[in-house]
Amino acid sequence: MELAQFCASSRIVIVAGKGGVGKTTVVATLATMAARSGLSVLVVEVEGKSGLSACLGLPPLAYEEVEATPGLRVRALSADDALLEYLDQRGLHRISGRLVRSGTIDVVSTAVPGMRDILLLGKVKQLEQAADAPDLIVIDAPAAGHAITFLMSPRGLQDAVRMGPVRHQADEVVEMLSDSARCQVLLVTLPEETPVNEVTETAFALEERVGIALGPVVVNQCLPTRWSGAPNAVADAARAGIDLADADAAALDAATGFVGARRAIQQEQIDRLAKMLPLPQIQLPFLDEEIGPEAVGHLADAFAAQVTAMKTLP
Amino acid sequence: MSTTALGALVADRHVLVCCGTGGVGKTTTAAALAVEGARRGRRVAVITIDPARRLADTLGLAGTNDHEVARELWDPEGRAPSSGRLTALMLDTSETFDGLVGKYAESEEQRDRILENRFYRNLAGAMSGTQEYMAMERLHELHETGAYDLIVVDTPPSRHALDFLDAPQRLIRLLDNRVFRVMMMPARGAFRLASAALHTFVRQVGRVVGTGVIDDIIAFFRAFEGMEEGFRLRADAVRTLLAEDSTAFVLVTSPRRDSIDEAIYFAEQIATHGLSISGLVTNRVHPAFAGDTEVERLRTRATELRLDGVDDTHPDADAARRRLADRYDTLADLAALAARERTVLAEVAEHMGTSPVYVPFLPHDVHDLTTLHEVGTYLVG
Repeated sequence: MELAQFCASSRIVIVAGKGGVGKTTVVATLATMAARSGLSVLVVEVEGKSGLSACLGLPPLAYEEVEATPGLRVRALSADDALLEYLDQRGLHRISGRLVRSGTIDVVSTAVPGMRDILLLGKVKQLEQAADAPDLIVIDAPAAGHAITFLMSPRGLQDAVRMGPVRHQADEVVEMLSDSARCQVLLVTLPEETPVNEVTETAFALEERVGIALGPVVVNQCLPTRWSGAPNAVADAARAGIDLADADAAALDAATGFVGARRAIQQEQIDRLAKMLPLPQIQLPFLDEEIGPEAVGHLADAFAAQVTAMKTLP
Repeated sequence: MSTTALGALVADRHVLVCCGTGGVGKTTTAAALAVEGARRGRRVAVITIDPARRLADTLGLAGTNDHEVARELWDPEGRAPSSGRLTALMLDTSETFDGLVGKYAESEEQRDRILENRFYRNLAGAMSGTQEYMAMERLHELHETGAYDLIVVDTPPSRHALDFLDAPQRLIRLLDNRVFRVMMMPARGAFRLASAALHTFVRQVGRVVGTGVIDDIIAFFRAFEGMEEGFRLRADAVRTLLAEDSTAFVLVTSPRRDSIDEAIYFAEQIATHGLSISGLVTNRVHPAFAGDTEVERLRTRATELRLDGVDDTHPDADAARRRLADRYDTLADLAALAARERTVLAEVAEHMGTSPVYVPFLPHDVHDLTTLHEVGTYLVG
């Protein structure tokens, strides 16, 4: 499959996964790959410090867009900023300050669960529909188990709020989320038992309860293929006619034994994932280098190679 | 193996709070520390939040009730002092919150009015905020029973790592909201103007979020009247308990850059609350199969083996030599990685004024009590 075609298969890609699976690295990787394929890309970091700026070699992100590399722009987005902007645009500037100062915003957002999420997603929609919209928007979704809550909130809000501008906003966001040409989710997991179970549950929940299209699932931090898992160094030393010190033999066998055991678990989990979740898989290697633009570049190479090898649209 | 700093905490503290970002093995760490506490003869309770299914099965956490884990499961060799006990429980936010309302309500009628209120249901059901609150609530409850020597608390994976510390105060702030309190007062005398202005403000807010929502909120504040005091006292009690010398915070992290950054940020935040980190646990560090001083030699050896003259007459010997070179490179990569992880983590731990504890990347998943004890051995020594 052509890389540019893959990257342009929807205008918004929301990258989601439990904490610790390297979601942010995958965001940076996807964005880098898409920008290399010639698309203009905007990465949006939602709520808080995720390390995205470090992945791309940038200082901490702000509400203003910055350019990481040509064609790749990055910005942060917070619910509070989105709320203030939302109220300003509707001529309600006077109440916004008071809403925050008096703490009433906390009461109201408790009363309307997901209101903050709606404002964030509403802002994303606005970015997507802008006249100068980029070809692709990549969203670094909230970490931990919040991705489902985050994406379900528009529907939840449709139940809780019957009218008014926030309701209208929710309707538009639901429309955006359920259109696969506009929006899809890229799930990230690890080749381990619990993450595989969790990503499968998340995938079904997103499809059934949010109605959002799913892209391939990224299996992150797979053991580097160059690492050897072969047992019995002594036997190979004998075949090659090489003297092997006992200490070396023991250390080599311990290391390759570890790799072999982890690789067996990994394969078992990758197979299990393929069986439980019929989505194309992209396997990204564990990197034993500091995460930064260079490492992300290597991951983008690995990602692109697998996309090119993919046959059809996911 | 000698006892680690954590071993001492497990042996003599009353409360251990395991904190850190999601996905770093916090729940597993909490469970493993609890098992080690019981094996030392202490009466232990562990509060888990959203444990992986197999771990929940292992601990018998089918429901949310307290559940005593059978002794033969956590002490199969029968070596632990007979005083040891292990109780595990899982958090159900909404159930406990309802219970609290029942406790502080002045009448059944008041309780029912609150429980049926839509704003209350959202409050009790919201994922972020109440879980943190309820974890602290359960901690306090278990502490009050006096039945446990050691209580280990797992904290929820939050968007903001310190939510569990702030949660009780946040609830109080929510209940204290001046706007809605004034809304409920009769509009007369000196408050009349202020009240009129507030009504306008609230109407405007209602136009944005829908008036039904505002009505629900006001009904909730009416129904809740008089109950704030109970919640406030409870919040203060929890804060006091967390500040006690017998309470220790154990920070859990992984050697990945992002979770280390989060851990540093977390330690700074916790310091602003006048608290400190007593233990830093790093899960999934790579085992060191060779020292970092060996890395150069191993790499050189790999290169030599690859460069050795190709012998067309003995392809098997060639292949074996290349496989051996691959092994040397693998060992060198792992040794360098393990050393780098430990250097970074030792610096971080020193910065926090504690010594690091490493749990290596195990060649199997941790989901039963045997593997939990294996983790525990790394934790406490």
